[in-house]
Formats: sequence, structure tokens, C-alpha cells
Amino acid sequence: MPPEARRGEPVEVRILIQHPMETGFRRDGAGARVPRNAIHSFVCRYNGAEVFRATLSTGIAANPALRFFIRAAQTGDLEFWWLDDENIEGAAKARLVVT
Amino acid sequence: MKRRRFVALTLLALPARVFGQANAHVSTTDPLVFSLTRGKPVHAGRVRLELPKVAESGHSVALMVRVDSSMTAAEHVRAVHLISERNPVREMASFWLGPHSGRAEIGSRIRLNGSQRMVAIAELSDGSFWSDAVDIEVHEAACTDGG
Repeated sequence: MPPEARRGEPVEVRILIQHPMETGFRRDGAGARVPRNAIHSFVCRYNGAEVFRATLSTGIAANPALRFFIRAAQTGDLEFWWLDDENIEGAAKARLVVT
Repeated sequence: MKRRRFVALTLLALPARVFGQANAHVSTTDPLVFSLTRGKPVHAGRVRLELPKVAESGHSVALMVRVDSSMTAAEHVRAVHLISERNPVREMASFWLGPHSGRAEIGSRIRLNGSQRMVAIAELSDGSFWSDAVDIEVHEAACTDGG
């Protein structure tokens, strides 16, 4: 996303998360089923308030990419949080300067 | 046998409206659609789902959804749902937006288990539902063969 934006302007956010998004249908080399493990929840908070939420499934490609918009309000942090089927959380943060 | 034929013909003769079907690409009685819309009509339009016509591989296909909305407090998109016709998991993703989104546009990359129809349903702040559907041809399916 751009580091700076004008107040009221929609800002494009792009995030790429490294994750296999394991479908649960795949078999490993020994023929055993690889259990499903996908990121199922994704939340974006802007200055502490939730501004975007997604529930994902195995229909989203490995290393999920998301692109969405946030309206620039005031300078602050965008915090990203996600959770997968193994209950492993991930997080990322980005600063948006609003002029 | 005769009765079965009679029932089938009667069902065919009933207007589509009886089943609450508001447009050609979404069946509102589909349990998955019903769970999202609670049986409300889904209108065709306002949503634009963009996908390539043909994908060599179904492992990762770029997708974009745009909804025609001013994204103000009075009129905005509440949610966008992506539904696959043929994937083992048909409910691909749901996104929740609001006036703070500024623009109703979402992009991602999806997996497709073969050629099929993809549907996007948007829920607006007035409680109405709108949709778009796109047919995509997939040469190498994802899901079952790794990836």
C-alpha cells in the first residue's frame, strides 16, 4: 500500500501471506492424506477499529493474496491479523500517513 | 411411473417465481445461497466479477469483484461472497466491508477444480442482494491432484 494518502481518499491495500492453504485432499509421497490447513479468518484494523474482515477457505490459492480498499481517515497503523486451521496466528503492520 | 411424470411436468409448469428465483445465475433455494441471503431475492447486476475466460491451471486464478456503490454511511456494501459451482468446498470466501472501505473492490487468487461457473453475491446496506456470474474454462484442475 502507499505510505501516504490524502484524507478521504480510498487507499489500496495489497497483502500476500505465505501459507500453503492445504486443501485436505492432497496426498503426500507415502500416500497419506495431508490434513487440511488453511487460513480461515483475516482481519484488518485501522487505528484499532476493524475496517475489513474476510473468511477464507481452501478455494483461495496457496500464498493467499488479498487486495482491498480502506478510506484514509487519520495517520495511524493498519494491523493485519489471520488465523489458520492449526490455530496459528499471523500478523503484520503498516503505517499510513494521512495528509 | 405415471405419477412421477405428472409431478415432474407440474413442477416444470410452475413459474420460476414460485421457487424465488430472481435471476438466471443464482438459485436462492441453493442451501449455500440461502444461508447467505436467508432466502431473499438476489438481483442480477451492480456486481462485476472479473476472471479470465480460460485458465491453463486452476491452482491460482486471479479474480476481482467490483460493486457499484457510493460506499457512504447511507449506502454501502456490507458483504461480498464468492461461490464456486464445482469445487469440493463451494463457499470460497466472504468479505465484510463498510463505508470505511471507500471503494467496493476486492481482488484475490482462487483455486478452481475444473471448468465451472463462479458467482459473486453482494449484500448492500439496504438489505438487498446483487450478483454476477462468470463461466471459466480450466484446463488443469486444482484441489485433487496436489496444490
